[in-house]
Amino acid sequence: MTRFFQQFLNFEKIRILKDRFAEKSLFVFMLIFGLALFLIILVLFLRTHPIHTMMTLPNLLFSTVWKPSKGLFGFLPFIAGSLWVTGVAMAIAIPICLLTSLYLVEYAPAKLRELISPLIDILAGIPSVVYGIWGVLAIVPFIKNYLAPLFGISSTGYSIAAGGIVLAIMVFPVIIHISVEILKAVPKDMKDASLALGATKWQTIKHVVMKRAMPGIVAAIVLALSRAFGETIAVLMVVGNVARIPKSLFDPAYPLPALIANNYGEMLSIPMYDSALLFAALLLLLVVLYFNIISRMILSGSKWSSYYYG
Amino acid sequence: MESKGHIKVENLSVFYGKDQALKDISVKIPNKKITVIIGPSGCGKTTLLKSFNRLLDPSDNIKVTGQVLVDGEDIYGPNVEVTRIRKKMGLLSQKPYPLPMSIYDNIAYGPRLHGERNKHKLDRIVEHFLKTASLWEEVKAKLHSPASHLSVGQQQRLCLARGLAVGPEIILGDEPTSALDPKSSQHIEKRFLELKQQYTIIIVTHILRQAKRLADYVLFLYMGRLIEHGPADDIFEDPQEEITKEYIRGIIS
Repeated sequence: MTRFFQQFLNFEKIRILKDRFAEKSLFVFMLIFGLALFLIILVLFLRTHPIHTMMTLPNLLFSTVWKPSKGLFGFLPFIAGSLWVTGVAMAIAIPICLLTSLYLVEYAPAKLRELISPLIDILAGIPSVVYGIWGVLAIVPFIKNYLAPLFGISSTGYSIAAGGIVLAIMVFPVIIHISVEILKAVPKDMKDASLALGATKWQTIKHVVMKRAMPGIVAAIVLALSRAFGETIAVLMVVGNVARIPKSLFDPAYPLPALIANNYGEMLSIPMYDSALLFAALLLLLVVLYFNIISRMILSGSKWSSYYYG
Repeated sequence: MESKGHIKVENLSVFYGKDQALKDISVKIPNKKITVIIGPSGCGKTTLLKSFNRLLDPSDNIKVTGQVLVDGEDIYGPNVEVTRIRKKMGLLSQKPYPLPMSIYDNIAYGPRLHGERNKHKLDRIVEHFLKTASLWEEVKAKLHSPASHLSVGQQQRLCLARGLAVGPEIILGDEPTSALDPKSSQHIEKRFLELKQQYTIIIVTHILRQAKRLADYVLFLYMGRLIEHGPADDIFEDPQEEITKEYIRGIIS
Protein backbone atom coordinates (compact mmCIF):
# COMPACT_ATOMS: atom_id res chain seq x y z
CA MET A 1 0.00 0.00 0.00
CA THR A 2 2.72 2.46 0.96
CA ARG A 3 4.67 1.54 -2.16
CA PHE A 4 1.72 2.28 -4.30
CA PHE A 5 1.34 5.57 -2.49
CA GLN A 6 5.02 6.31 -3.06
CA GLN A 7 4.64 5.61 -6.75
CA PHE A 8 1.63 7.79 -6.90
CA LEU A 9 3.58 10.61 -5.29
CA ASN A 10 6.41 10.23 -7.78
CA PHE A 11 3.94 10.26 -10.59
CA GLU A 12 2.39 13.39 -9.20
CA LYS A 13 5.84 15.01 -8.85
CA ILE A 14 6.70 14.25 -12.46
CA ARG A 15 3.43 15.65 -13.61
CA ILE A 16 4.08 18.90 -11.82
CA LEU A 17 7.66 19.01 -13.07
CA LYS A 18 6.47 18.55 -16.63
CA ASP A 19 3.98 21.32 -16.17
CA ARG A 20 6.68 23.65 -14.86
CA PHE A 21 8.96 22.67 -17.70
CA ALA A 22 6.28 23.33 -20.29
CA GLU A 23 5.58 26.75 -18.90
CA LYS A 24 9.24 27.72 -18.73
CA SER A 25 10.15 26.42 -22.17
CA LEU A 26 7.19 28.13 -23.77
CA PHE A 27 8.26 31.33 -22.10
CA VAL A 28 11.76 30.92 -23.55
CA PHE A 29 10.40 30.43 -27.05
CA MET A 30 8.26 33.48 -26.65
CA LEU A 31 11.32 35.39 -25.51
CA ILE A 32 13.31 34.27 -28.55
CA PHE A 33 10.50 35.44 -30.76
CA GLY A 34 10.32 38.84 -29.10
CA LEU A 35 14.08 39.14 -29.10
CA ALA A 36 14.24 38.51 -32.84
CA LEU A 37 12.71 41.88 -33.65
CA PHE A 38 14.95 43.60 -31.17
CA LEU A 39 18.04 41.84 -32.52
CA ILE A 40 17.19 42.65 -36.14
CA ILE A 41 16.90 46.32 -35.30
CA LEU A 42 20.07 46.20 -33.21
CA VAL A 43 22.16 44.47 -35.88
CA LEU A 44 20.91 46.80 -38.61
CA PHE A 45 21.64 49.75 -36.40
CA LEU A 46 25.19 48.65 -35.58
CA ARG A 47 26.01 47.76 -39.17
CA THR A 48 24.78 51.11 -40.47
CA HIS A 49 27.19 52.87 -38.17
CA PRO A 50 30.04 53.31 -40.70
CA ILE A 51 27.88 55.31 -43.09
CA HIS A 52 27.07 57.78 -40.35
CA THR A 53 30.75 58.53 -39.89
CA MET A 54 30.83 59.64 -43.50
CA MET A 55 27.50 61.37 -44.06
CA THR A 56 25.08 63.15 -41.76
CA LEU A 57 21.52 61.87 -41.41
CA PRO A 58 19.85 64.78 -43.25
CA ASN A 59 22.45 64.35 -45.96
CA LEU A 60 21.62 60.67 -46.34
CA LEU A 61 17.89 61.32 -46.38
CA PHE A 62 17.75 64.40 -48.58
CA SER A 63 20.65 64.21 -50.98
CA THR A 64 19.67 63.24 -54.49
CA VAL A 65 23.06 62.03 -55.66
CA TRP A 66 23.48 58.26 -55.68
CA LYS A 67 27.02 57.46 -56.75
CA PRO A 68 28.27 54.60 -54.59
CA SER A 69 31.60 54.36 -56.40
CA LYS A 70 32.30 57.97 -55.42
CA GLY A 71 31.06 57.44 -51.90
CA LEU A 72 27.88 59.47 -52.43
CA PHE A 73 24.79 57.87 -50.97
CA GLY A 74 21.79 60.16 -51.32
CA PHE A 75 18.61 58.26 -50.59
CA LEU A 76 16.11 60.85 -51.71
CA PRO A 77 15.43 59.23 -55.12
CA PHE A 78 14.59 55.95 -53.38
CA ILE A 79 12.54 57.51 -50.63
CA ALA A 80 10.67 59.52 -53.26
CA GLY A 81 10.18 56.34 -55.29
CA SER A 82 8.72 54.55 -52.30
CA LEU A 83 6.43 57.45 -51.45
CA TRP A 84 5.22 57.78 -55.05
CA VAL A 85 4.44 54.12 -55.52
CA THR A 86 2.77 53.79 -52.11
CA GLY A 87 0.84 57.00 -52.64
CA VAL A 88 -0.47 55.92 -56.03
CA ALA A 89 -1.39 52.50 -54.67
CA MET A 90 -3.34 54.01 -51.79
CA ALA A 91 -5.05 56.57 -54.01
CA ILE A 92 -6.35 53.71 -56.12
CA ALA A 93 -7.06 51.29 -53.30
CA ILE A 94 -8.81 53.48 -50.71
CA PRO A 95 -11.88 54.54 -52.68
CA ILE A 96 -12.34 51.17 -54.35
CA CYS A 97 -11.96 49.24 -51.11
CA LEU A 98 -14.22 51.54 -49.13
CA LEU A 99 -17.02 51.35 -51.64
CA THR A 100 -16.58 47.59 -51.98
CA SER A 101 -16.74 47.08 -48.23
CA LEU A 102 -19.77 49.32 -47.90
CA TYR A 103 -21.54 47.48 -50.68
CA LEU A 104 -20.70 44.09 -49.22
CA VAL A 105 -21.91 44.98 -45.74
CA GLU A 106 -24.84 47.28 -46.42
CA TYR A 107 -26.28 46.36 -49.78
CA ALA A 108 -25.12 42.97 -51.06
CA PRO A 109 -27.53 40.08 -50.68
CA ALA A 110 -26.25 37.50 -48.21
CA LYS A 111 -25.50 35.00 -50.96
CA LEU A 112 -23.28 37.36 -52.90
CA ARG A 113 -21.43 38.31 -49.73
CA GLU A 114 -20.73 34.68 -48.96
CA LEU A 115 -19.42 34.24 -52.48
CA ILE A 116 -17.16 37.29 -52.50
CA SER A 117 -15.63 37.08 -49.02
CA PRO A 118 -13.56 33.93 -49.66
CA LEU A 119 -12.45 35.38 -53.00
CA ILE A 120 -10.99 38.34 -51.18
CA ASP A 121 -9.10 36.05 -48.83
CA ILE A 122 -7.75 34.08 -51.79
CA LEU A 123 -6.50 37.35 -53.28
CA ALA A 124 -4.56 37.83 -50.05
CA GLY A 125 -2.91 34.44 -50.40
CA ILE A 126 -1.46 34.88 -53.90
CA PRO A 127 2.36 34.98 -53.74
CA SER A 128 3.71 38.43 -54.53
CA VAL A 129 5.94 37.15 -57.32
CA VAL A 130 2.78 36.06 -59.16
CA TYR A 131 1.44 39.58 -58.86
CA GLY A 132 4.80 40.76 -60.25
CA ILE A 133 4.64 38.50 -63.27
CA TRP A 134 1.06 39.47 -63.91
CA GLY A 135 2.13 43.11 -63.67
CA VAL A 136 4.86 42.56 -66.27
CA LEU A 137 2.55 40.65 -68.60
CA ALA A 138 -0.58 42.77 -68.28
CA ILE A 139 -0.11 46.12 -66.56
CA VAL A 140 3.22 47.18 -68.06
CA PRO A 141 2.11 46.71 -71.70
CA PHE A 142 -1.25 48.30 -70.85
CA ILE A 143 0.51 51.41 -69.61
CA LYS A 144 2.98 51.45 -72.48
CA ASN A 145 0.42 50.97 -75.22
CA TYR A 146 -2.73 52.61 -73.88
CA LEU A 147 -2.53 54.60 -70.67
CA ALA A 148 0.62 56.66 -71.32
CA PRO A 149 -0.27 57.46 -74.98
CA LEU A 150 -3.65 58.63 -73.70
CA PHE A 151 -1.80 61.41 -71.89
CA GLY A 152 0.54 61.92 -74.86
CA ILE A 153 3.53 60.50 -73.01
CA SER A 154 5.81 57.77 -74.22
CA SER A 155 6.71 55.32 -71.52
CA THR A 156 8.29 51.89 -71.38
CA GLY A 157 5.45 50.89 -69.12
CA TYR A 158 7.85 50.09 -66.30
CA SER A 159 6.69 52.94 -64.14
CA ILE A 160 5.23 54.25 -60.92
CA ALA A 161 1.79 53.74 -62.39
CA ALA A 162 2.50 50.04 -62.95
CA GLY A 163 3.90 49.64 -59.45
CA GLY A 164 0.98 51.54 -57.96
CA ILE A 165 -1.65 49.48 -59.73
CA VAL A 166 -0.06 46.16 -58.81
CA LEU A 167 0.40 47.28 -55.21
CA ALA A 168 -3.14 48.57 -54.99
CA ILE A 169 -4.50 45.18 -55.94
CA MET A 170 -2.20 43.55 -53.43
CA VAL A 171 -3.52 45.67 -50.56
CA PHE A 172 -7.20 45.31 -51.51
CA PRO A 173 -7.71 42.28 -49.28
CA VAL A 174 -6.06 43.94 -46.28
CA ILE A 175 -8.31 46.98 -46.40
CA ILE A 176 -11.49 45.20 -47.42
CA HIS A 177 -11.17 42.43 -44.88
CA ILE A 178 -10.70 44.74 -41.90
CA SER A 179 -13.20 47.34 -43.13
CA VAL A 180 -15.90 44.72 -43.57
CA GLU A 181 -15.39 43.51 -40.01
CA ILE A 182 -15.48 47.06 -38.70
CA LEU A 183 -18.60 47.96 -40.67
CA LYS A 184 -20.35 44.80 -39.56
CA ALA A 185 -19.74 45.83 -35.96
CA VAL A 186 -21.91 48.94 -36.27
CA PRO A 187 -25.04 48.01 -34.27
CA LYS A 188 -28.18 47.47 -36.32
CA ASP A 189 -30.22 49.38 -33.76
CA MET A 190 -28.02 52.42 -34.28
CA LYS A 191 -28.68 52.30 -38.01
CA ASP A 192 -32.38 51.78 -37.30
CA ALA A 193 -32.35 54.84 -35.05
CA SER A 194 -31.18 56.92 -37.98
CA LEU A 195 -33.60 55.28 -40.44
CA ALA A 196 -36.47 55.80 -38.01
CA LEU A 197 -35.82 59.54 -38.15
CA GLY A 198 -36.52 59.43 -41.85
CA ALA A 199 -32.94 59.19 -43.07
CA THR A 200 -32.34 57.37 -46.31
CA LYS A 201 -29.99 54.45 -46.32
CA TRP A 202 -27.26 56.51 -47.91
CA GLN A 203 -27.68 59.32 -45.37
CA THR A 204 -27.47 56.73 -42.62
CA ILE A 205 -24.29 55.29 -44.10
CA LYS A 206 -22.75 58.71 -44.57
CA HIS A 207 -23.57 60.23 -41.20
CA VAL A 208 -23.77 57.26 -38.87
CA VAL A 209 -22.09 54.14 -40.22
CA MET A 210 -19.03 55.86 -41.66
CA LYS A 211 -18.60 58.07 -38.65
CA ARG A 212 -18.79 55.19 -36.26
CA ALA A 213 -16.48 53.00 -38.37
CA MET A 214 -13.94 55.68 -39.21
CA PRO A 215 -11.23 54.87 -36.65
CA GLY A 216 -11.21 51.22 -37.71
CA ILE A 217 -11.10 52.08 -41.38
CA VAL A 218 -8.22 54.47 -40.83
CA ALA A 219 -6.39 51.66 -39.05
CA ALA A 220 -7.04 49.34 -41.99
CA ILE A 221 -5.63 51.93 -44.35
CA VAL A 222 -2.54 52.50 -42.25
CA LEU A 223 -1.92 48.77 -42.08
CA ALA A 224 -2.26 48.54 -45.86
CA LEU A 225 0.10 51.48 -46.17
CA SER A 226 2.80 49.67 -44.26
CA ARG A 227 2.26 46.57 -46.36
CA ALA A 228 2.56 48.60 -49.55
CA PHE A 229 5.61 50.47 -48.35
CA GLY A 230 7.53 47.29 -47.65
CA GLU A 231 6.41 45.22 -50.61
CA THR A 232 9.48 44.22 -52.60
CA ILE A 233 9.40 41.71 -55.37
CA ALA A 234 6.14 42.58 -57.16
CA VAL A 235 7.06 46.26 -57.22
CA LEU A 236 10.64 45.64 -58.23
CA MET A 237 9.49 43.68 -61.28
CA VAL A 238 7.32 46.44 -62.75
CA VAL A 239 8.64 49.75 -61.51
CA GLY A 240 11.70 50.18 -63.72
CA ASN A 241 14.38 50.69 -61.03
CA VAL A 242 16.02 53.92 -62.11
CA ALA A 243 17.68 55.91 -59.34
CA ARG A 244 16.25 59.29 -60.22
CA ILE A 245 13.55 61.35 -58.58
CA PRO A 246 10.44 60.61 -60.64
CA LYS A 247 8.55 63.52 -62.14
CA SER A 248 5.41 61.82 -63.41
CA LEU A 249 3.33 58.72 -63.00
CA PHE A 250 4.86 57.25 -66.11
CA ASP A 251 8.45 57.67 -64.98
CA PRO A 252 10.29 54.70 -63.59
CA ALA A 253 11.16 54.78 -59.91
CA TYR A 254 13.37 52.87 -57.53
CA PRO A 255 11.70 52.22 -54.18
CA LEU A 256 13.77 51.32 -51.11
CA PRO A 257 12.91 47.61 -50.94
CA ALA A 258 13.85 47.17 -54.60
CA LEU A 259 17.17 48.91 -54.00
CA ILE A 260 18.07 46.53 -51.21
CA ALA A 261 16.88 43.40 -52.98
CA ASN A 262 18.67 44.24 -56.23
CA ASN A 263 22.00 45.19 -54.77
CA TYR A 264 22.64 43.52 -51.47
CA GLY A 265 25.23 40.79 -51.90
CA GLU A 266 26.63 42.34 -55.05
CA MET A 267 29.22 45.06 -55.45
CA LEU A 268 29.91 44.91 -51.76
CA SER A 269 33.56 45.60 -52.54
CA ILE A 270 32.61 49.25 -52.84
CA PRO A 271 33.36 50.80 -49.48
CA MET A 272 30.36 51.75 -47.38
CA TYR A 273 27.95 50.20 -49.88
CA ASP A 274 26.98 47.48 -47.47
CA SER A 275 26.44 49.97 -44.71
CA ALA A 276 24.36 52.22 -46.96
CA LEU A 277 22.04 49.40 -47.99
CA LEU A 278 21.56 48.38 -44.38
CA PHE A 279 20.70 51.97 -43.61
CA ALA A 280 17.96 51.68 -46.23
CA ALA A 281 16.79 48.45 -44.61
CA LEU A 282 16.69 50.03 -41.18
CA LEU A 283 14.77 52.99 -42.52
CA LEU A 284 12.26 50.69 -44.18
CA LEU A 285 11.86 48.57 -41.09
CA LEU A 286 11.29 51.55 -38.85
CA VAL A 287 8.72 53.12 -41.16
CA VAL A 288 6.78 49.87 -41.53
CA LEU A 289 6.99 49.20 -37.81
CA TYR A 290 5.78 52.68 -37.07
CA PHE A 291 2.76 52.33 -39.34
CA ASN A 292 1.97 48.96 -37.85
CA ILE A 293 2.07 50.24 -34.32
CA ILE A 294 -0.11 53.22 -35.21
CA SER A 295 -2.66 50.97 -36.87
CA ARG A 296 -2.74 48.54 -33.96
CA MET A 297 -3.10 51.38 -31.52
CA ILE A 298 -6.11 52.71 -33.40
CA LEU A 299 -7.66 49.25 -33.70
CA SER A 300 -7.25 48.34 -30.05
CA GLY A 301 -8.30 51.82 -29.07
CA SER A 302 -11.45 51.46 -31.12
CA LYS A 303 -13.14 49.97 -28.07
CA TRP A 304 -12.49 53.25 -26.41
CA SER A 305 -13.42 55.26 -29.47
CA SER A 306 -16.62 53.30 -30.03
CA TYR A 307 -17.50 54.23 -26.49
CA TYR A 308 -16.66 57.79 -27.36
CA TYR A 309 -18.73 57.76 -30.52
CA GLY A 310 -21.57 55.90 -28.90
CA MET B 1 -57.03 66.53 -36.83
CA GLU B 2 -59.01 63.51 -35.66
CA SER B 3 -58.30 61.49 -38.76
CA LYS B 4 -54.58 62.15 -38.60
CA GLY B 5 -52.07 59.82 -37.01
CA HIS B 6 -54.35 56.89 -37.36
CA ILE B 7 -52.75 53.52 -37.63
CA LYS B 8 -54.92 50.76 -38.90
CA VAL B 9 -53.72 47.22 -39.41
CA GLU B 10 -55.56 44.86 -41.69
CA ASN B 11 -54.84 41.14 -41.97
CA LEU B 12 -51.16 41.67 -41.27
CA SER B 13 -48.95 38.60 -41.39
CA VAL B 14 -45.17 38.62 -41.15
CA PHE B 15 -42.85 35.78 -42.05
CA TYR B 16 -39.18 35.39 -41.16
CA GLY B 17 -38.21 32.79 -43.71
CA LYS B 18 -40.56 29.94 -42.90
CA ASP B 19 -41.48 31.15 -39.41
CA GLN B 20 -44.64 33.15 -39.17
CA ALA B 21 -44.12 35.83 -36.55
CA LEU B 22 -47.47 37.58 -36.91
CA LYS B 23 -50.68 35.85 -37.87
CA ASP B 24 -53.46 37.76 -39.53
CA ILE B 25 -53.62 40.78 -37.27
CA SER B 26 -56.31 43.42 -37.67
CA VAL B 27 -56.63 46.33 -35.28
CA LYS B 28 -57.17 50.06 -35.13
CA ILE B 29 -54.90 52.11 -32.90
CA PRO B 30 -56.72 54.94 -31.12
CA ASN B 31 -55.47 58.49 -31.51
CA LYS B 32 -53.78 60.51 -28.78
CA LYS B 33 -53.86 57.64 -26.37
CA ILE B 34 -51.23 55.33 -25.03
CA THR B 35 -51.63 51.93 -26.58
CA VAL B 36 -49.65 49.20 -24.91
CA ILE B 37 -48.78 45.93 -26.59
CA ILE B 38 -48.33 43.15 -24.06
CA GLY B 39 -47.65 39.46 -24.30
CA PRO B 40 -45.04 36.86 -23.42
CA SER B 41 -41.58 37.13 -24.98
CA GLY B 42 -41.39 35.94 -28.53
CA CYS B 43 -45.08 36.62 -29.16
CA GLY B 44 -44.37 39.17 -31.90
CA LYS B 45 -44.77 42.42 -29.96
CA THR B 46 -41.63 44.03 -31.34
CA THR B 47 -42.32 42.73 -34.84
CA LEU B 48 -45.75 44.35 -34.77
CA LEU B 49 -44.28 47.63 -33.53
CA LYS B 50 -41.56 47.65 -36.16
CA SER B 51 -44.06 46.90 -38.89
CA PHE B 52 -45.64 50.29 -38.19
CA ASN B 53 -42.69 52.28 -39.51
CA ARG B 54 -41.37 49.68 -41.92
CA LEU B 55 -38.18 49.08 -39.98
CA LEU B 56 -39.23 45.59 -40.81
CA ASP B 57 -38.52 46.28 -44.41
CA PRO B 58 -39.22 43.32 -46.63
CA SER B 59 -35.69 42.20 -47.35
CA ASP B 60 -33.70 39.02 -47.68
CA ASN B 61 -36.12 36.73 -45.93
CA ILE B 62 -38.79 38.91 -44.37
CA LYS B 63 -42.19 38.71 -46.02
CA VAL B 64 -45.12 40.94 -45.14
CA THR B 65 -48.70 40.38 -46.26
CA GLY B 66 -51.78 42.40 -45.43
CA GLN B 67 -51.86 46.12 -44.87
CA VAL B 68 -50.64 48.71 -42.43
CA LEU B 69 -52.53 51.92 -43.08
CA VAL B 70 -51.05 55.15 -41.81
CA ASP B 71 -53.36 58.07 -42.49
CA GLY B 72 -55.21 55.82 -44.84
CA GLU B 73 -52.14 54.97 -46.89
CA ASP B 74 -50.89 51.40 -47.15
CA ILE B 75 -47.24 51.79 -46.18
CA TYR B 76 -46.30 48.47 -47.73
CA GLY B 77 -47.80 49.48 -51.03
CA PRO B 78 -45.68 50.20 -54.09
CA ASN B 79 -44.44 53.76 -54.64
CA VAL B 80 -44.47 54.53 -50.94
CA GLU B 81 -41.60 56.71 -49.82
CA VAL B 82 -40.50 55.00 -46.67
CA THR B 83 -38.62 58.02 -45.33
CA ARG B 84 -41.84 60.05 -45.33
CA ILE B 85 -43.65 57.33 -43.36
CA ARG B 86 -40.86 57.09 -40.82
CA LYS B 87 -40.78 60.83 -40.34
CA LYS B 88 -44.29 60.55 -38.93
CA MET B 89 -43.08 58.35 -36.09
CA GLY B 90 -40.48 58.66 -33.41
CA LEU B 91 -38.88 55.43 -32.24
CA LEU B 92 -37.47 54.53 -28.85
CA SER B 93 -35.59 51.25 -28.82
CA GLN B 94 -34.90 48.91 -25.91
CA LYS B 95 -31.43 50.23 -25.42
CA PRO B 96 -30.89 53.88 -26.29
CA TYR B 97 -28.64 54.36 -29.30
CA PRO B 98 -27.35 57.90 -29.46
CA LEU B 99 -25.87 58.60 -32.87
CA PRO B 100 -22.07 58.95 -32.97
CA MET B 101 -22.12 62.74 -32.64
CA SER B 102 -22.73 65.49 -30.10
CA ILE B 103 -25.88 65.97 -28.05
CA TYR B 104 -26.82 68.97 -30.18
CA ASP B 105 -26.21 67.13 -33.45
CA ASN B 106 -28.27 64.17 -32.28
CA ILE B 107 -31.34 66.37 -31.95
CA ALA B 108 -30.57 68.43 -35.04
CA TYR B 109 -29.91 65.29 -37.11
CA GLY B 110 -33.53 64.69 -38.08
CA PRO B 111 -34.46 68.29 -38.88
CA ARG B 112 -31.26 68.63 -40.92
CA LEU B 113 -32.08 65.49 -42.88
CA HIS B 114 -35.37 67.02 -43.76
CA GLY B 115 -33.79 70.22 -44.99
CA GLU B 116 -33.60 72.57 -42.01
CA ARG B 117 -30.38 74.57 -42.30
CA ASN B 118 -31.17 77.73 -40.36
CA LYS B 119 -28.89 77.82 -37.31
CA HIS B 120 -31.30 79.81 -35.15
CA LYS B 121 -34.20 77.55 -35.95
CA LEU B 122 -32.07 74.50 -35.16
CA ASP B 123 -30.99 76.06 -31.87
CA ARG B 124 -34.63 76.61 -30.98
CA ILE B 125 -35.63 73.09 -32.00
CA VAL B 126 -32.82 71.57 -29.94
CA GLU B 127 -33.71 73.58 -26.88
CA HIS B 128 -37.43 73.01 -27.23
CA PHE B 129 -37.31 69.24 -27.55
CA LEU B 130 -34.63 68.79 -24.91
CA LYS B 131 -37.01 70.64 -22.61
CA THR B 132 -39.92 68.47 -23.70
CA ALA B 133 -37.86 65.41 -22.80
CA SER B 134 -36.85 67.19 -19.57
CA LEU B 135 -33.19 66.86 -20.35
CA TRP B 136 -32.38 70.49 -21.05
CA GLU B 137 -31.29 71.51 -17.56
CA GLU B 138 -28.87 68.58 -17.34
CA VAL B 139 -27.18 69.11 -20.71
CA LYS B 140 -27.50 72.77 -21.64
CA ALA B 141 -23.89 73.44 -20.63
CA LYS B 142 -22.44 70.60 -22.69
CA LEU B 143 -24.50 70.50 -25.85
CA HIS B 144 -21.46 69.88 -28.00
CA SER B 145 -19.95 67.00 -26.10
CA PRO B 146 -20.50 63.45 -27.36
CA ALA B 147 -23.94 62.05 -26.64
CA SER B 148 -22.45 58.74 -25.57
CA HIS B 149 -21.04 60.40 -22.45
CA LEU B 150 -24.54 60.73 -21.03
CA SER B 151 -25.95 58.16 -18.63
CA VAL B 152 -28.21 55.51 -20.13
CA GLY B 153 -31.29 57.18 -18.66
CA GLN B 154 -30.26 60.53 -20.12
CA GLN B 155 -29.52 58.84 -23.44
CA GLN B 156 -33.04 57.45 -23.61
CA ARG B 157 -34.50 60.91 -22.99
CA LEU B 158 -32.12 62.23 -25.66
CA CYS B 159 -33.47 59.63 -28.06
CA LEU B 160 -36.99 60.73 -27.18
CA ALA B 161 -36.11 64.36 -27.90
CA ARG B 162 -34.39 63.31 -31.11
CA GLY B 163 -37.46 61.41 -32.25
CA LEU B 164 -39.79 64.30 -31.41
CA ALA B 165 -37.62 66.79 -33.28
CA VAL B 166 -38.68 65.49 -36.69
CA GLY B 167 -42.26 66.43 -35.83
CA PRO B 168 -43.92 63.03 -35.70
CA GLU B 169 -47.52 62.39 -34.72
CA ILE B 170 -46.84 58.95 -33.39
CA ILE B 171 -44.30 57.68 -30.85
CA LEU B 172 -43.24 54.06 -30.92
CA GLY B 173 -41.52 52.59 -27.88
CA ASP B 174 -39.98 49.13 -27.96
CA GLU B 175 -39.64 48.27 -24.27
CA PRO B 176 -38.19 51.76 -23.89
CA THR B 177 -37.42 51.43 -20.19
CA SER B 178 -35.99 47.92 -20.12
CA ALA B 179 -32.37 49.10 -19.99
CA LEU B 180 -33.05 51.86 -17.46
CA ASP B 181 -32.89 52.08 -13.68
CA PRO B 182 -36.20 52.63 -11.83
CA LYS B 183 -35.69 56.36 -11.50
CA SER B 184 -34.98 56.86 -15.19
CA SER B 185 -37.89 54.58 -16.10
CA GLN B 186 -40.18 56.74 -14.02
CA HIS B 187 -38.81 59.78 -15.82
CA ILE B 188 -39.66 58.30 -19.22
CA GLU B 189 -43.10 57.12 -18.11
CA LYS B 190 -43.92 60.60 -16.88
CA ARG B 191 -42.93 62.02 -20.27
CA PHE B 192 -45.25 59.57 -22.00
CA LEU B 193 -48.19 60.61 -19.85
CA GLU B 194 -47.52 64.25 -20.73
CA LEU B 195 -46.95 63.55 -24.40
CA LYS B 196 -50.17 61.70 -25.00
CA GLN B 197 -51.93 65.08 -25.08
CA GLN B 198 -50.29 65.65 -28.45
CA TYR B 199 -49.11 62.30 -29.72
CA THR B 200 -50.40 58.85 -30.42
CA ILE B 201 -48.17 56.58 -28.40
CA ILE B 202 -47.62 52.87 -28.90
CA ILE B 203 -45.45 51.01 -26.43
CA VAL B 204 -44.30 47.43 -26.23
CA THR B 205 -43.64 46.26 -22.73
CA HIS B 206 -43.17 43.02 -20.87
CA ILE B 207 -43.72 44.72 -17.51
CA LEU B 208 -47.35 44.27 -16.63
CA ARG B 209 -47.34 46.92 -13.92
CA GLN B 210 -45.92 49.42 -16.36
CA ALA B 211 -48.65 48.53 -18.82
CA LYS B 212 -51.25 49.17 -16.12
CA ARG B 213 -49.71 52.51 -15.22
CA LEU B 214 -49.57 53.78 -18.79
CA ALA B 215 -52.15 52.09 -20.93
CA ASP B 216 -55.35 53.58 -22.24
CA TYR B 217 -55.71 50.80 -24.75
CA VAL B 218 -54.20 47.34 -24.71
CA LEU B 219 -53.30 44.75 -27.32
CA PHE B 220 -52.56 41.28 -26.04
CA LEU B 221 -50.49 39.14 -28.36
CA TYR B 222 -49.83 35.46 -27.94
CA MET B 223 -47.81 33.33 -30.33
CA GLY B 224 -48.16 35.82 -33.14
CA ARG B 225 -51.92 36.18 -32.75
CA LEU B 226 -53.81 39.17 -31.49
CA ILE B 227 -55.84 37.44 -28.79
CA GLU B 228 -57.65 40.42 -27.39
CA HIS B 229 -57.67 44.19 -27.55
CA GLY B 230 -59.68 46.94 -25.95
CA PRO B 231 -59.63 49.78 -23.43
CA ALA B 232 -57.14 49.14 -20.63
CA ASP B 233 -59.75 48.85 -17.90
CA ASP B 234 -61.66 46.18 -19.77
CA ILE B 235 -58.60 44.11 -20.53
CA PHE B 236 -57.09 44.31 -17.08
CA GLU B 237 -60.30 44.04 -15.06
CA ASP B 238 -62.38 41.76 -17.19
CA PRO B 239 -60.48 39.90 -19.89
CA GLN B 240 -62.66 37.77 -22.09
CA GLU B 241 -60.17 35.12 -23.15
CA GLU B 242 -58.84 32.46 -20.81
CA ILE B 243 -55.27 32.96 -22.01
CA THR B 244 -55.40 36.71 -21.36
CA LYS B 245 -56.63 36.03 -17.82
CA GLU B 246 -53.73 33.67 -17.24
CA TYR B 247 -51.22 36.18 -18.55
CA ILE B 248 -52.58 39.01 -16.45
CA ARG B 249 -52.64 36.81 -13.35
CA GLY B 250 -49.02 35.99 -14.06
CA ILE B 251 -49.53 32.30 -14.76
CA ILE B 252 -47.89 32.50 -18.14
CA SER B 253 -45.16 34.96 -18.94
